[in-house]
Amino acid sequence: MATFFGEVVVAPSRAGLDEEEEAREETPEDREIRREIEKKRYRRRGRLRLELREREIEVLWTCGEQPLVCSRFIVAIGRNAAAFLSSFILDSVCWEVVGVVKLWNEWCRTSSTTNVLPTDSFCLFYRLISDPTVLLCQCSCYVAEDQQFQWLEKVFGSMQKKGLQVTILSTCPVADYKTQESTLTLVSPFLKALKTKEFQEQVCCPLLEQPNIVRDLPAA
Amino acid sequence: MFIPCDRGGGSAAPDFKGFTLLMPAVSVGNVGQLAIDLVISTLDMTKVGYFYTDCLVPMVGNNPYATAEENSKELSINAEVYSLPSKKLVVLQIRSPFIKNKYRPFCETLLSWVKSSKCARVVLLSSSHAYQRDDEQLLGTPLRYLLTPDLEKAVGGHMKELNWKEMEKVAAYPGINNTEKVLHIPGGGITKLLFTESCSEGIQMAVLLKFCSEGDNIPDAFVLVNYLNEWLQLIKSEVNPSSQWKIPSSWRLLFGNGLPPALF
Repeated sequence: MATFFGEVVVAPSRAGLDEEEEAREETPEDREIRREIEKKRYRRRGRLRLELREREIEVLWTCGEQPLVCSRFIVAIGRNAAAFLSSFILDSVCWEVVGVVKLWNEWCRTSSTTNVLPTDSFCLFYRLISDPTVLLCQCSCYVAEDQQFQWLEKVFGSMQKKGLQVTILSTCPVADYKTQESTLTLVSPFLKALKTKEFQEQVCCPLLEQPNIVRDLPAA
Repeated sequence: MFIPCDRGGGSAAPDFKGFTLLMPAVSVGNVGQLAIDLVISTLDMTKVGYFYTDCLVPMVGNNPYATAEENSKELSINAEVYSLPSKKLVVLQIRSPFIKNKYRPFCETLLSWVKSSKCARVVLLSSSHAYQRDDEQLLGTPLRYLLTPDLEKAVGGHMKELNWKEMEKVAAYPGINNTEKVLHIPGGGITKLLFTESCSEGIQMAVLLKFCSEGDNIPDAFVLVNYLNEWLQLIKSEVNPSSQWKIPSSWRLLFGNGLPPALF
């Protein structure tokens, strides 16, 4: 695309990456460059990490028995939702930590420690001591696009899913909400919900109208 | 990959033997996806299942084709399958971009599903960057088609009757060597990969694409869906075929919310 000043730039496209980039095979020159970069990393950090292994996430359960018997699973995704649980639900008397997710991506890294500060990026699982089938997850870290499916499979893979009710808590900016009026005049914050047809109970707020959507980990 | 909807009563998985699979490529202007929305909405197609895949960015919302309060509450996700047995048509709609490095796995899984479900042919709606046209392509129709060798035998003649233009190949090394020609579909997403894989796997596939740019791509979608209709005759194309297509309710507010009154 030629701009006003005559230089040609590549326009960003909703098609995502150009397929030419995706399908490009690695040439011997590319392999050589990659090897040199790996060597530099080794010298600088003292350990060689393969890019693929860096993107893998680990779910570490401390409670022993698996699959976990679970009747209710509440997942809070994002700092606001995680803070909500910390402020109003969680305490050290009624809840115990039973698991942690260890992951790394360009935006954050979580560790396997369960002793976290509210400003840390973490993903922890708690169990209600009085009813161990009630599980809660606080996920304040960002789970990248290519890790979301992994997170889903590894977390739910450890659970017995029969009769399981899942509640997902998340937040979105009001500016992203699509409505006929301007968002400036909307009374915020406000709640909206999405539910599967299997969820028969009463929902405490209106359903999310079209054309609004939810994406990333809450959607997964 | 394909998970059928549970319609109750222990209904068997839907049978797509001999059906035409219509699907979009996530491409410039999302024209293929918009055109598919028009097809599903106009023909009032029934959802029969979805693709459980890690290749697309997850997304979820309520029914994008809702016409009333009652049918607006069904969840909809990023890759869903709709069917219209009376026209032997099955449609896949893709609603989010591909995750990096997942083009090839998706194409492989999709083509393997096409073979196992015994679809007769695949029609892929796509688009390509208008600014990358050469001098000849700037003139005349912005619509192009491609056929795999297996489908060329079946319908190649019909395309010639319709006076359609085949997508031109371009020089692999322009300016240096003009004899070696390759297929180049910039901005077409998975189009080229899916097409070349289909050629080598012996799958009957047609690609219908339009040259366009990012912007308000609703008119492009109408042009592409009318192009498709010339061949497949999904709706009666009378005097003004564009007015026959039903715009889905989810196309509201494509360009933002209402304006704040305080602005004036």
